[in-house]
Amino acid sequence: MNDLIRKTAVELAELMSSGQASAVEITQAHLDRIEAVDGAVHAFLHVDSEGALAQAAAVDAQRAAGEHLGPLAGVPLALKDVLTQEGVPTTAGSKMLEGWKPPYDSTVVQRLKAAGVVILGKTNMDEFAMGSSTENSAYGTTHNPWDLTRIPGGSGGGSSAAIAAYEAPLAIGTDTGGSIRQPGAFTGTVGVKPTYGGTSRYGLIALASSLDTPGPCARTTLDAALLHEVIAGHDVMDSTSIEQPVPPVVEAARRADVAGLRVGVVKELGGEGYQPGVEARFHEAVELLTKLGAEVVEVSCPHFQYALPAYYLILPSEASSNLAKFDAMRYGLRVGDDGTNSAETVMSLTREAGFGAEVKRRIMLGTHALSSGYYDAYYGQAQKVRTLIARDFEKAYEQVDVLVSPATPTTAFAIGDRVNDPIAMYKNDLCTIPSNLAGNAAASFPCGLADEDGLPVGFHVMAPVLRDDLCYQVGGALEAALADQWGGVLMTKAPELEVTR
Amino acid sequence: MPSITREEVAHLARLARIELTDDELDHLAPQLDQIIALVGQVSEVAADDIPPTSHALPLTNVMRADVNVPCLTPEQALSGAPAAEEQRFRVPRILEED
Repeated sequence: MNDLIRKTAVELAELMSSGQASAVEITQAHLDRIEAVDGAVHAFLHVDSEGALAQAAAVDAQRAAGEHLGPLAGVPLALKDVLTQEGVPTTAGSKMLEGWKPPYDSTVVQRLKAAGVVILGKTNMDEFAMGSSTENSAYGTTHNPWDLTRIPGGSGGGSSAAIAAYEAPLAIGTDTGGSIRQPGAFTGTVGVKPTYGGTSRYGLIALASSLDTPGPCARTTLDAALLHEVIAGHDVMDSTSIEQPVPPVVEAARRADVAGLRVGVVKELGGEGYQPGVEARFHEAVELLTKLGAEVVEVSCPHFQYALPAYYLILPSEASSNLAKFDAMRYGLRVGDDGTNSAETVMSLTREAGFGAEVKRRIMLGTHALSSGYYDAYYGQAQKVRTLIARDFEKAYEQVDVLVSPATPTTAFAIGDRVNDPIAMYKNDLCTIPSNLAGNAAASFPCGLADEDGLPVGFHVMAPVLRDDLCYQVGGALEAALADQWGGVLMTKAPELEVTR
Repeated sequence: MPSITREEVAHLARLARIELTDDELDHLAPQLDQIIALVGQVSEVAADDIPPTSHALPLTNVMRADVNVPCLTPEQALSGAPAAEEQRFRVPRILEED
């Protein structure tokens, strides 16, 4: 295997700045890896080899000309297919947008390009980011590189799997209810949901506008922090963007010190329903933080148990509204336009053909929740629960600096296991959803392998709004201590993938 | 919370402009019923005096300066259209025959 694909983003940047490797060589190595293993993993929906090599050549030319380049210039990245990139197919995992090439770049993509990050292609995802397994993609399931019979998590399974399969050192995901952190946990990678509004949603195909948050995925905490710094910051194109400085995430990842930090273990996120191996690794990680000097206490957040039902009312309500724009008129799929059908019938036929089962389920749930007579009972009540959850967080942060829990109740489950049981599927997101409802920063860091199945377990850290740096501080400390035990980051324990091409 | 019937799901599908097959209705109705029972738990907790939170951030209107800026060309705007004619989106007929 080409050594370049095993390097972290930081190591690749050092190789380029010292002249030991060019951006083109690094990009080609990752394109070769995609060619070799993606037949089995299916992390990518579209690989833009030509565009990536052109971006890499441009970075090499800038470097040769002595231009000042950012810390990630020339480093390859995999982009979740929900973010627009000019001229590159963008489908959000849906047939509804098959073949669509956006005429503009999302803000995240603009910032990546400005930083010289090389975009390899678009990654697979649950359709319109609805799902917890990447089995809802219209283009087939992504497989978990740790065990190809398992799901990689969702909705951003493609992004996390691309990193875990060494197809890219960095990736971008979006997190609405855990879609960066949950696949991060299932693939043994780092997944960060920045503070809501800390990263721009301009050019992100919206699922639930009050929850969606783009964020970084990587194999190490420092790599994630560097990527976070590239994409974060105020954007005039997004009215929900926060006009505040980006928290010092890179410095926090480097400092990686938890001495004196107050850590709260959330009482309600554990116990019954949690896989023993997940709980064991989580508690060991908490003990490790104690040894590193953190003060650990148990904290109660009594309304977290209602986060899941509130989320599954708020999300479908916003989604049913956001997805109304897929009406077969201005872009995307059109079905039944044979001259005999009216616009309304064409719309219905198109949405029947273009949307998958999970999307239809959620649109109808949202339509029901917002319909006359039910609005107060469902949507209105869910918004009140959101207030209670935000208050739980506020009270908890009076006692502690960060809150922690397992990232997911179980490790990655088998493909097909929960596709016909939406409630079992939704329960995957128990631990991650409260942070989305409150807009807090949160992240998942690898903390070991479960004894039962040898699959990765994620350690979940939640921090107050705009204190994303605290997540990186904890993640960095944990990663350094565990790497001492393991002789490297958790990914070094992943089984070798068979090269299929 | 009330449960949801197959007929109500068919009505919702019409409201959401999604043509559902009979098989889909058979499959979806019991699933939605289960999900609605789960989400109905929100009524157990939030009292009348709790203010609703619609968004994680306090939202403010954003205004830009009233100046011309480049935007998409007609070709770019129409580039993803299912059908276009004379620099316009071509849509199916709006009125039913009757």
